[in-house]
Order: sequence, then structure tokens, then C-alpha cells
Amino acid sequence: MAPVLEVSGLKTHFFTRAGTVKSVDGVDFHVDRGEVLGLVGESGSGKSVTGFSIMGLIDPPGKIVEGSIRLNGKELVGLDEEGFRKVRGREVAMIFQDPMMTLNPVLRVDTQMIEAVTAHDRVSHKAARERARDALAKVGIPSPEERLNAYPHQFSGGMRQRVAIAIALLHRPPLIICDEPTTALDVTIQSQILAEMQSLCAETGTALVWITHDLGVVAGLADRIAVMYAGRIVETGAVDPVLDAPLHPYTSGLLGSLPAEGEPGAPLRQIRGSTPSLARLPQGCAFAPRCDFAQADCLAQAPAVTAFPGERGVRCHHPLNLAGVAA
Amino acid sequence: MSEATLPTAASAPPVEAKEETPFRRFARSFFEDRLATFGLCLFALIVLLALAAPLIAPQNPYDLASVDVMDSRLPPGDVAGEGFTMWLGSDGVGRDLLSGILYGLRISLMVGAFSGILAAGVGMAIGLIAAYAGGRTENIIMRIVDLQLSLPSVLVALILVAGLGKGVDKIIIALVMVQWAYYARTVRGSALVERRKEYVEAAQSLGLSHARTVFRHILPNCLAPVIVIVTVQTAHAISLEATLSFLGVGLPQTEPSLGVLIANGFQYMLSGKYWISVFPGIALLLTIVSINLVGDRLRDVLNPRLEK
Amino acid sequence: MLAFVLRRLAQALFVIAAMLVIVFFGVNVVGDPVYMLISPEMDQQQIAETARALGLDRPIWEQFLIFLKNAVQGDLGRSFVHGESAIKLILHRMPATLELAFVALFMAIVIGLPLGLYAGLKPESRISRLIMAISILGFSLPTFWVGLMLILTFAVSLGWLPATGRGPTVSILGIDTSLLSLKGWQHVALPALNLALLKISLVIRLARAGAREAALMDYVKFARAKGLSQSRIIGVHILKNIMIPIVTVLGLEFGSLVAFSVVTETIFAWPGMGRLLLEAITRLDRPVIVAYVMVVVVLFVTINLLVDLIYSALDPRVRLTEATS
Repeated sequence: MAPVLEVSGLKTHFFTRAGTVKSVDGVDFHVDRGEVLGLVGESGSGKSVTGFSIMGLIDPPGKIVEGSIRLNGKELVGLDEEGFRKVRGREVAMIFQDPMMTLNPVLRVDTQMIEAVTAHDRVSHKAARERARDALAKVGIPSPEERLNAYPHQFSGGMRQRVAIAIALLHRPPLIICDEPTTALDVTIQSQILAEMQSLCAETGTALVWITHDLGVVAGLADRIAVMYAGRIVETGAVDPVLDAPLHPYTSGLLGSLPAEGEPGAPLRQIRGSTPSLARLPQGCAFAPRCDFAQADCLAQAPAVTAFPGERGVRCHHPLNLAGVAA
Repeated sequence: MSEATLPTAASAPPVEAKEETPFRRFARSFFEDRLATFGLCLFALIVLLALAAPLIAPQNPYDLASVDVMDSRLPPGDVAGEGFTMWLGSDGVGRDLLSGILYGLRISLMVGAFSGILAAGVGMAIGLIAAYAGGRTENIIMRIVDLQLSLPSVLVALILVAGLGKGVDKIIIALVMVQWAYYARTVRGSALVERRKEYVEAAQSLGLSHARTVFRHILPNCLAPVIVIVTVQTAHAISLEATLSFLGVGLPQTEPSLGVLIANGFQYMLSGKYWISVFPGIALLLTIVSINLVGDRLRDVLNPRLEK
Repeated sequence: MLAFVLRRLAQALFVIAAMLVIVFFGVNVVGDPVYMLISPEMDQQQIAETARALGLDRPIWEQFLIFLKNAVQGDLGRSFVHGESAIKLILHRMPATLELAFVALFMAIVIGLPLGLYAGLKPESRISRLIMAISILGFSLPTFWVGLMLILTFAVSLGWLPATGRGPTVSILGIDTSLLSLKGWQHVALPALNLALLKISLVIRLARAGAREAALMDYVKFARAKGLSQSRIIGVHILKNIMIPIVTVLGLEFGSLVAFSVVTETIFAWPGMGRLLLEAITRLDRPVIVAYVMVVVVLFVTINLLVDLIYSALDPRVRLTEATS
């Protein structure tokens, strides 16, 4: 079956006064129907920009300079604003990080839901309102009929994120992009929302691109994982093999800095240095200056992707744990 | 780079750093803005023209002997009976408009500057008293300040001149009473912040007098916002004086400021003799805009929050 | 909520009372209106009679007590010049001024809001820079000078619009208005634009700042992610957010519109209460000055209260905080 989303060679650059920032610089991945892809990376790695590129929400000075984004076989790159508008919300929806900021504070919830319905479907106000109410009920909001008349500030953070999820689900899009939707929430609510997203998507067959910096979230949720660093995907594969035996030193470093991974009381390992400026990337592998395993060729030349069986890939001259892949 | 030039290049930066006094840094960042530089130059030119008016004006508009009624309402460029060209035309009683504007600028600028400085002095004193006295005194002063600032300045000035009457001194009093509250509020705000800082406590624990603390420590630190307000309020005062004079409740005909000149020309405007009102108006406009350009830039440069 | 309203009402009454005292003494201390009203031929006795008739021979505190007693009954004295009740004179002229101020307010929003929105949403474009330059100029230009230039341009040179006076009025529910005829609108256009100029600049600034801020908010991005059209996002999501500060500020500025109408009404010979005030000032007609100030103060206080109410109607968050407090 054809994938829901196929991104290839995507380059999104920002042309600022300080220079060209190559936030996304040649990204390839795909998402199959009903699949959950975890897009993992530190802040500034380009994972959110990738998400916004798919939504067509890159504003000047940013621009998609190269590559292709195919949604259900339809090319999105090069669509005009109206073309993108028809796609957004209907064929691909998005949920944002901070639920306190995503709903307009001065508009009632029903206004914000009904306008989302009527943006794509010519239905009566009454029918749109009924759909909004059903969507709220579906995401577990009690007495949805009354809550429709409320303003966002009358909801808690978790409830607001549920409203945002309900809005994303209104048109049953085949794909939803989730940009760290649980990061801003309490841990208990975080796991509730995660569980609910999972069951809702399984029910409707919706695929997810789950953008996060938290490997722990990805481990329990995603089917596959793509690790981004400095605008590129450095490692990809099914969740378990990647987390059990990472090929890229960066993935390994990320895993090492998770508290659960180490012995109690043992000092956390950390990746030395910080993310490079995307305006002035080093020649060669972008991770080389921070890599414990870097050699001369790492500094000289950027590595290409090495593919392994089972949709596994890595962008490294000297991958770790090769034995695990060969086996 | 050759070895011979290296030592000089290395020793140059410290020398430059030594010359970078706060004032120089301030001047450099002020002149970075072309519009503000233009404003300052324009303002300097206007002040210079006003000061030199008796030397450069073709005619003394106060000297009735040199004014000929036969010359009245001549369009710009006509030659007066006395033989000189009236580049901007003449007014209703035959005075050369260019001369009238130059002398009018003197009055407008004088009123603006005097009221600005006086208001700054009065307002700062009251603001400092409020900040220092605290308690009920502060409360009452700030209530009055709030009340005054909530009323439109035109209205307050109009009511004041209704009571005070016409004349340069009375207009200045009215303008000071309209403006002082801005300074009082700002200085009190800054002074309250400064007062809490450690060095004031340190100064007081050293046994320095209150007056000394105020003048040596608090006042210099309130200066930046006050300078900004002085420019903005001076422009405002000039505009307000012109408005009152135009309405006939400001300066009398014997003190023809720009506002009076414009008012005199108003009656001729409907018959198409535009220049009598328009040229003094342009002079007024250039004055106000030039001061505002300088004030806007000062606000940006002196605002420590914006400083990188 | 009730306590809040009561406290605000008490504050308002205090301000009105304070202004009564300040204005009465302020205007009465300087200048002697008797000499404004007598002809040079009058002898001492006639002068004294006139003064007695106007109550000016009594000590000032007594004059004040009488004034206060009458003020509570809605009587602020008789105009020295017109011989009529001062408050009646003012109220009679008020509709013309309010009409002018409302049209100016309307213009400020209709002209300022789209320009400010444009400048805020496309901050880098040339047109935006032009808009901002005009707005800065609008703050610098003295109102009366702009009024002259409007007359010169549109009335004298182009001859499109009348320079002075109010158009024919029609009485609707007891209020005279000139806004029901084309001729009336032609008359109100220039003075209202003149009066609106400062407020247009203000609205441009507020709308631009608001739009720039709102455009970066997540809720705008989320609205786009829902597939909403650009016009819906700007017209509903952004506009509703920036209207809150604009309505608040404009409401508070309505009082200053009324105050500035003194200048505009004089230039355009608009028969409002501002022109009446100026006549009163030049002729030292104290009761009219006092009545004008009191009417304007009451107007101010009422507006402030109304703005608070509108503000809470527009911003749901305010309603909540007040309901809980």
C-alpha cells in the first residue's frame, strides 16, 4: 500500500540577515497508513520546521527550497495558499505544543470548532455544531454541549489539548502532525492523552508524525523512529531495534542521557557541546565536533545514508552496534 | 598582514576604548539614525535662524516705520515698496512674511523652551518630594498628577488662560501647569527605583545628607527619561502655544508668535491668499517635526532596556 | 461585581466634586467679569447694580455656596452674555459636538484600522513604511494647522466640500442630526477628518502593534492549520484580539476628541459647545466656562465607566476575574 506521507529531499531554509539558516537540509522519510512515526531531536534540530513544512506553514523569511512532500500521492510543494488551505485540516491536521496558546482566547470553543468544520464542508451551522459536540465527547470532555459555549480560559491545560485534538479529528484526516503535544502538560495528564491518542488513531486509522525530544514518549507510542540532527535525519528504523542498538553515536548519546537508562545514583551521561548554529554548519558530519568516535574522515566529508534491512538507515561513517544489524 | 604592522594594530583597540566615553557612545548611536541626524541639524538651523533674526531679516516687523500698508497681501516674490523682495509675500498689514516668521520663531521657541525647562524643574522637584516624603504627601501629589494627566492638555490650558488672560508670562505659566505632571510622574517612578538600590542606602549609611543623596545620586539617574520628556514636551508646548494663539486666547498681537501669524492669515485664506497662513505654518511644522525626530531617537538611545 | 460598580461610582462622584471646587475658584480668582459687561458710559452706581444683579458683589465663598446649592439642582448659573441658563446653553450645543466627535471616532477606526492592520501584517513592505511615516507625521502636526490645510485643499482649491458651518439638521427622537442628508455629510466631512487625524495615527499604531503581536501567536498558526481562509483569520481571529486595546484606548480618547473639538469647531465654524466655550473664554463668561467643564467632566467619568463595561464584554477573561473576585 502507498504511504500516506512521503517526504524526499526536503530542504527548508530561512534567509535571515545573519545568513541562510538551513533548518531542514535534505530530509527523507515516509509514514504508512495508521502508522506512528516518532520524529526525535533536540530543539533546533529542524523537527518542528519539518512538521510546519508539511502543513505549508513556513512563512518568510523561510522557504521550502527543494524536495517533495507527497500526501496520499499528491504533491504539496509548490501549492498556492488556497491549495494548501484545502489540504490543511482535511487531509493533514496538526496539534501544537502549548495548549494554552493554540486556542484563540477571545473566541468561544464552538466558534473555533464550527469554523474548522465549515472551512472544508458546506454544512449548516447546526450540523457543524453537532459534529463539534460529538468530537468533544469523543476526546473525553464531559458535558460537551455546555462546554461548547465556554471560552478557552475556562478549560484546564489538559482539557484544552483535548479540544485541540478534537479539532484535529473533525475531518478524520489520514495524517496528524503532533508537535510535542504533551510536553507542556503534567505527567499524569500526559500519559492519559498519549493513551487516548493511541486508541483514537487506531480506531480511525489515522497516521501520526509525533515530534518530540523525549525518547521515553516515543518508546511507548511510535512504530518507527527518525532521529534528526542539524536539519538531517541521522538514523531511522523500527522503534525497538533503534532504541536497543542505536547505530548513530548521537542516538546513543540521547539514550545515554535518559535517567532511566543509567544505574540509580550513577551520573547521567551527556552529549558534550551544544547544537551547532544552522547558519554555519561545519564541513563534514555536523555531529563530528561533539562525537566521541569522530575520525579524520568525519571532519572532511559529510556521510551519506547507509541502508540496512528492515527499513533501517544511518548517516554515519562509523556506525555503532553493527553486529546487531547484521544479525 | 605583515609583521611590522602587527604591533600597531594590536595596540590600537585599547586607545579607542579609552576614548569611548559614555557621551561618545551616546552620540555615536544617536547619529546612526539618519532621520534623527537630519532632525537635529534642522532644529539647529531653525534655532540659528531665530537667534540671528535681527541680522538677517529684511525688515523689522516691530518697526512700524518700515512697514507700508501699500505692501499688504503681496504674493510671494513681489517687491516691496522699500525695494527688497518679499520671498514669502506679505501679511494683511504689509509686513514681510519671511521677517515675520523669523521673529515669530524667536517667540515660539522662547515660550517652548522656557515652559519646558520651568515645567521640568517644577515637576522634578514635586516628583522627588513625592518619592522622598512617601505616605500621605506622596498619595495626594500622585492623585493630583493622575487627575491632571487624565484631562486633555488643550482643555486644561484653555481653562487656565481663561483665568490668567493673555501675555507671554501667562502663557508660560499655563504651559508649565499643563506639563509639570509628566515630569513629576516620571521622576517619582525613577526615584523610587533608584531609592531602593543599594548605593543610596550606602550613601545614607555614610551619613550623607538627604539633599546630597538626591542631587548626587538620585537625580543623575533620573536624567535619561527627563531628557526625553523635555524634547517631547517642548515640541508639545510650542504646538499648544500656537494652538492657543491661533484661537485668540494665547499671545497678543504685540507678541506675534507663529500661531498669531497663522491666525492673522486665516481670514485671507478663503479668498485664496494662502501664503499668509501657510508659510508660518510650515515653519511651525518643521520646528515641531525636527524636535520630535530628535526626541524619538533619544528615547531609543537612552532607553536602557533596549540597549544591547 | 456590585461592590466594584459602587466603588467606581463613588470615585466618579469624588472627581466631579473636586472639579467643581477647582474650576469655580480657578476661574473666579482671576479677572473681573463685571468690566467685560459694562459699557464705558456706565457710572459707578450702574456698575454696582449690574454686579449685584449677577451676584458678583458677595464674598467669593458665599458665591461658591450659592453656586454649589444651585449646582446640585442642576443649575450652574446664567450666562453673563446670553442671559440664559449656562447649562442649557451647553446642552443645546452638545449634540453638534457629539455628532462631530462620533463621526471622527468612526473615521479613526474605518481609516486607521485597515492601515494599521496592513502595516502590522506586512511590516517590510514599502506601503507599510509610508503608512507609519504618515502616522508619525499625524502625531506631530498641530490640529489647527491641519484644519487650515484641509480647508485650503478641499474647500478653496478643489472646491469639493464646504469649509464652514453645519449642514441642514433633522430631528430624530428629539436629537438634531445632520447625518441624514448628503449635504450634512459634506459639511461634517472636513471637520471630522481634522478632529480624527490624531486618533487615526493612534489607531494605526495600536493596530499595527497588535497585529504584529497576534500574527506570531500560536492560535493564528493553529487557525491556519485548521484550513481557515486568510480573510477569516485576519477578520475574526486577529481583529477580535486587537480590538480590545483599541476600543479601550479610543473610548478613553473620546473625551479628548470632545476637548479638541474646541479647535476644530472654531476653524470650521461648527456650532458646537467647543466654540461656545471659546466665546465664553474670550468674553470671560464664567458660568458658561464652569458649565462646560462640568459637562465635560461628567462626560469623561461616564465614558470611563462605559469603557470598563465594553472592555469586559469584549474580553472574556476579564469577566471571569471579576466574577471570581
